[in-house]
Amino acid sequence: MSSQTLSLAATLQDSQVMAVRQLRKTLRRPTYIVFSFVQPVIFVLLFRYIFGGAIDTGAVSYVNFLMPGIIVQTAVFGALVTGLGLTEDLKAGVVDRLRSLPMARAAVLLGRTTADLVMNVLTLAVMVAVGLLVGFRPSQPAWQLGAAFVLVLAFSYVFSWISAWVGLSVRNPETAQSAGFIWVFPLTFASSAFVPTDSMPGPVRAFANVNPVSLCVDAVRGLTIGGPSPAAPAWQTLAWLVGLLAVFVPLAVRAFRRA
Amino acid sequence: MTQPDCAVEVDDLAVSYGAVHALAGLSLTVATGTVFGLLGPNGAGKTTLVRVLSTLLRPARGRARVLGHDVVREPLSVRSSIGLAGQYAAVDEELTGRENLEMVGRLYRLPKAEARSRARDVLERFDLTDAANRRVGTYSGGMRRRLDLAASLTGRPPVLLLDEPTTGLDPRSRQELWTILDELRGAGTTVLLTTQYLEEADRLAQRIAVIDAGRVIAEGTPGELKSGAGTDVLRIRLHAPADPAAAAPLLEDLAATGGVEVDGPTGELRLRVARPDATAEAVRRLDLAGLSVSVIQLAQPTLDDVFLSLTGHTAESPTGHTAEATPVKEPA
Repeated sequence: MSSQTLSLAATLQDSQVMAVRQLRKTLRRPTYIVFSFVQPVIFVLLFRYIFGGAIDTGAVSYVNFLMPGIIVQTAVFGALVTGLGLTEDLKAGVVDRLRSLPMARAAVLLGRTTADLVMNVLTLAVMVAVGLLVGFRPSQPAWQLGAAFVLVLAFSYVFSWISAWVGLSVRNPETAQSAGFIWVFPLTFASSAFVPTDSMPGPVRAFANVNPVSLCVDAVRGLTIGGPSPAAPAWQTLAWLVGLLAVFVPLAVRAFRRA
Repeated sequence: MTQPDCAVEVDDLAVSYGAVHALAGLSLTVATGTVFGLLGPNGAGKTTLVRVLSTLLRPARGRARVLGHDVVREPLSVRSSIGLAGQYAAVDEELTGRENLEMVGRLYRLPKAEARSRARDVLERFDLTDAANRRVGTYSGGMRRRLDLAASLTGRPPVLLLDEPTTGLDPRSRQELWTILDELRGAGTTVLLTTQYLEEADRLAQRIAVIDAGRVIAEGTPGELKSGAGTDVLRIRLHAPADPAAAAPLLEDLAATGGVEVDGPTGELRLRVARPDATAEAVRRLDLAGLSVSVIQLAQPTLDDVFLSLTGHTAESPTGHTAEATPVKEPA
C-alpha cells in the first residue's frame, strides 16, 4: 500500500492551481466585481451622509470613526463569497470531480480562500480610496497604516474559512446566502463599527466589547486615526484569529470531505 | 506495472441514506480492459455505486477495490487510477475548454508542458479544437458533455467511471459519444458506465449487470441476458382479408409460454417460441390453411423484455415495484 497522503509541496502546487482557477473565474465576471464594490460604497455614503449626522463620536469626526468600521465590515462581507462559491461548485458537480482527482483535498479550500483574499485586497483598496474621497484622513505613520491593512486582510481570510464551513455544511447557494447574513449581520452591527458601544444596552454592549469585529475595528482606528492605543485590541484580534482558524479550518476540511 | 485481471471488484457493498438502502449487498467484478454496463432504472443505486468507487462516499458495509486498491483504505491510489464523468458536465463556464483540461491535468500532477499537450490531444480527439479557446459558457450541451468526458481522460486513467454519460444528450451527440467509447474500448481502457437506456448498454457493453433496489438481479453478456429472458418472439402478419383470430388456434401449440397474442389494431400475431423449426412450421401450417403470410419475423427479446421478466416491471416504470421493494431515491 503506497502512501495515501500528499506532500506539502504537492498541496501547495494544487492550491496554486485552484487559486489561479478561481481568480480567472472571478476576473471574467466584471459586472459581478463592479457590484461587489457598489454595495460597500453605498454603505459608506449611507452612514457618512445620512445616519452619520445623528451619531455622536465625541472629539473624532464621524467619517474618521466610520471608515475603519466599514472597512472591517467589508472584509467580513467579502468573506461570504467563499462559502457561496463553494456551494455553487458543489451544485455544478465540480466538487465531485475535484474530490475524485488525486489532488490534495485541502487545496480546494486553500486555493479558494487565497483567491478570495486577493480579491479582498482589491475591494479594500477601493474602500480606502472612497474613504479618502469622502473625507477620511488617517493621521498615523505609514507603517501603522500598512499594519492596519494587513490586519484587516488577515481578518477577512479567517472569516473566509468560517464562511467555507457554513457553505459546505448547508450545501445550497440560496441557503448559504441567507445563513451568511444571519451570522454576519449581528457580528458586524453589534460592534463598535458604526456607533460607540457606550450607547448600547448592557447585554448588547457586553457582546459588542468582546466581539472580534469590535476588537479589529478598535485596532484599525488606533493604527490609522490615533486615540487609544491599538496594541491591546490588535493582540486580542490576533488571538481571536488564531483561535478561529484552529477551529474552523478543521471543520471546513471535514465538511468538504463529507460534502 | 501489470494490471490485475479484475479492474473493479465489489463485494457485498451496502450504503444507506437514513432508512433508505441505496445499495443492499451489491457484488460485481469488471474484467480489465472491458466495458461493463450497469443497467437499471432511476434510484436503483447506480450513482451510489459510482460514488463509492470514486471515493466520494464511504460504504457502510462491504468492500470495493479498483485495480486492487481498496476505496476506503487507499483512496489516493484509487483516485490516481480513475477518471470520473458524472451526470452533469462538471466544467467551469468562465474558463475556456483548454483551461479546464489543463487544470485537471495539473491536478493529476502532470508538469505544465505535459498538461498542455494532453489537453491539446484530448481536445483534438473530442473534436473541440476549434472551440478550445472559447469560454465553456458558449458551448452547447453536447460540447460540454464532450469536454467533461475529455476532462476525465486527461489523466489517462486506466479505469473510467461514467455515470449516465448520455442522459440529456440529443441523438447526434449521443452517437458521437458512443463512437468515442468504442475507441476507448479498442485502446484497452476499462469502462464502467451506468445507463437507463437498454439500447445503450446493448450497444456498448461487453457485460451487463442489471440492478434494481441496490442489488444485482442479473449479470451476463447482452446475448446471455436476452436468452435468459427465455425465448425468441415470432411476429406474423397476414395478407388481408385473412382473419388473424382464425389463424391463432393453428399456432397455439407452437407457443412455448403465454399462448398466441393477437394485436388488435395491427392484426399482428405474436408468440414466444422455443423450437428451432417454429418459423418454418408456422409458415407451413398457415399455408395449408390457405392463409397468406405478409410479414414474418423472429426476434430476440429486447433488454426491456429482459428487465420485465426479471423484475416484473419495465425499466421505465419503476412504479411497478411491490411493497417490499419500494423504489429508492438517489440523492441529487
